Amino acid sequence: MAQAIPPAEQSDERVKDISSFRKALIRPELGGIVGTMAVFTFFLLFAFDSGMFNSQGVMNWSIVSAQFMIIAVGACLLMIAGEFDLSVGSMIGFAGMIIAIFTVTLGWPAWMSIFMTFIICIAIGGLNGWIVIRTGLPSFIVTLAFLFILRGFTIFLPQVIERKTIIGGIKDASEGDWLAGMFGGKIFGGLFTWLGDIGAIATFERGSRIGEPVVDGIPMLIIWAIGLVIFGHILLTKTKFGNWIFAAGGDAEAARNSGVPVSRVKIMMFMFSAFCATVFAVCQVMEFGSAGADRGLLKEFEAIIAVVIGGALLTGGYGSVLGAALGALIFGVVQQGLFFAGVESSLFRVFLGVILLFAVILNTYIRRIITGER
Amino acid sequence: MNTQQTPIIEMKNIEKHFGRVIALAGVSVEIHPGECHCLLGDNGAGKSTFIKTMSGVHKPTQGEIFFEGKPMHFENPRDAIEAGIATVHQHLAMIPLMSVSRNFFMGNEPERRFGPMKLFDHDYANQVTMEEMRKMGINLRGPDQAVGTLSGGERQTVAIARAVHFGAKVLILDEPTSALGVRQTANVLATIDKVRKQGVSVVFITHNVRHALAVGDRFTVLNRGKTLGTAVRGEITPEELQDMMAGGQEMVALEGSLGGTV
Repeated sequence: MAQAIPPAEQSDERVKDISSFRKALIRPELGGIVGTMAVFTFFLLFAFDSGMFNSQGVMNWSIVSAQFMIIAVGACLLMIAGEFDLSVGSMIGFAGMIIAIFTVTLGWPAWMSIFMTFIICIAIGGLNGWIVIRTGLPSFIVTLAFLFILRGFTIFLPQVIERKTIIGGIKDASEGDWLAGMFGGKIFGGLFTWLGDIGAIATFERGSRIGEPVVDGIPMLIIWAIGLVIFGHILLTKTKFGNWIFAAGGDAEAARNSGVPVSRVKIMMFMFSAFCATVFAVCQVMEFGSAGADRGLLKEFEAIIAVVIGGALLTGGYGSVLGAALGALIFGVVQQGLFFAGVESSLFRVFLGVILLFAVILNTYIRRIITGER
Repeated sequence: MNTQQTPIIEMKNIEKHFGRVIALAGVSVEIHPGECHCLLGDNGAGKSTFIKTMSGVHKPTQGEIFFEGKPMHFENPRDAIEAGIATVHQHLAMIPLMSVSRNFFMGNEPERRFGPMKLFDHDYANQVTMEEMRKMGINLRGPDQAVGTLSGGERQTVAIARAVHFGAKVLILDEPTSALGVRQTANVLATIDKVRKQGVSVVFITHNVRHALAVGDRFTVLNRGKTLGTAVRGEITPEELQDMMAGGQEMVALEGSLGGTV
C-alpha cells in the first residue's frame, strides 16, 4: 500500500492521511479478528478448567466451527456476488436424504451415491441462480421457495419409500468406500497415537480402548473446512474470477458495462453454495451413519450470520472469506463454550442476536468509511 | 474543414424507431480521428439513442454506419468495445466499494501463472493504475484506495483513462460533466483535452454549450431526432448553438425575458 507510492510524488493536500487505525478498520476481517480474540479471552478466563481447552474439548468446538465454516464459505462468496441462498439448510437435509436413499434403498455403492448427490444438488443450485437471473426476482424469495420445496421432498421421500423419516445403515453400506472415506474418515491417526504415547494428549485409562488417545485423528470435516476456506480466499482475492465476484455484487450494471459476465458469475456462486451444503451433508451423513428429515434446519441463517460477523455487507460487493471463517469459529466456540461453562444453552440464541446486530451496525459504519459517504 | 481524412466513424441518415416512436429521424455525423466532436442536444433530442446506436446497443432501423471506412454491424456492445469504441457512462462506470486498481482492470484482469493456476497480477495492476492516474493528475493514496472516496470528476477521469489504456480509438462520453461542480468539470474537460492529444477521437455528449465550446473541435446539434448540421470551432457563437439546441424562436423570446442570462 503505502510503499507503492514513490517519494517523488507530492501528495494532494485535500486528501487527509488516514490513520492506521482507520486503515485497519476498513479491512473486512477486522470484526472477525477482534471478535475471535474477545471470545477466546472470555472462555480462557471463565471456562479454562471445564475441559474446553484439553484435546477433547478443542476437537469438540473445532468440529462445530468447521461445520459452520463449510457453509459459510459458500454463503460468503454468494453474498459478495450480491445474492442470498436461504435454501442451504434444506439442501443439507435433502442431500443427506438422497444419499441415504441411493445407498440404502437402492443399494448403490457409496461413491456413486455421493457423486450423484453432488450432481443433483449443484444442478438445483444452478436452477436457483438461473431463476434469479432470468426473472430478476430477489434471490431472497426464490431461495425461500426452494427452502420449502427441498424440505418438503426431504420429509416426503423417506416416508413414501421407507415409511420412516430417518434412514440409517449408511455406515455399513459405505464401509471401506474410497469416496465415503474422504468425507467421514479421520486422518493423522498415527500422529495422535504418538502424541498419546508421549503424554502430550490424554489417553483412555480404562475400558476396551485403554492406552489409545482420546482424540484419534482429525476428522475429514475439518480438512474440508480448511480446504474450502483456502480455496475461497484465493479465488476471491487472487484471481480474475474473484474480481468478477466483487464486481457482480458491487454494481451488476457497471460490471456488465465493463464486460464482466455477471449472470455466469452469479449462477456459479449459487452452484458453489449448493456444493458447500452438499459437502456438509455428506460429512454429516457419514459421521452419523444416518440421514434425517430434520437435518440442517436453520443452517442458512447460521451461515449468513457467520458471514456478516466476518465483515461482509448484506448488500454485496464487499467481504472476506477469512472473515467468514472467523465468524464461523466465533459461532462454534461460543456455542460449545457456553455448554462447557455450564451456561443455559438457550442463551446462545440471545448472544447470536446481539452479536448479529452489532456486526451489521459495524459493517454499515465501515461501508461509509470506504465509500466516503457522509 | 479537413474532409480529406477518412472519418473513423461515419453515420449516414440513421433512423431508429421504437414501435410508433421515432427516436431518431435522420442523423448524419462524421467523427474524425483525434478530434473532439461535441454532440449537443436538449433533453429528449435523441442523444442517448444516438450513442447507443453508435456503441452497438441498438441496431439502426435505417441508415448506414461506417467504421474506418468499412460498413459496420455490431451485434452487441462487446463487439464495439473490441473494435475500439468505448462508452463511458455517467454513473454506471465504476464500483465504489472496489479499489481503483480492481476497477481499472475490471473485465480486463491481467494474469500471471503460478504453478498450474492463473492468478490476478495485482502488482502489475497496481503499478499501471498508479502510473495512469499520475498521468491524469490524480494523486491516489494507493492503488487499493476505494473508488468511493474519489470525487465524481475523478471517477470520470479514471473511467476515461481506463478506456484509453485498453485501446479505445473512439471514446463516447455520455454527459460526463452534467452532475459535476465547476472545479471537477474543469478537470474532466482537461482530461478530454489530454486524451484528444493522444490521437483518440472523443464524442462528447452534453447539453451545456460552454462545456462544449471549451474543448470541442466540431459541434453537431441534435434536435427532435434530427441533426441540424455540423459547425467548426470558431464559425459559430455560443448563442447560435443554444438557439439551435432549443429550437429557435421560443428560446429567443425566453432569453429576452430572462435578460440573456441562460
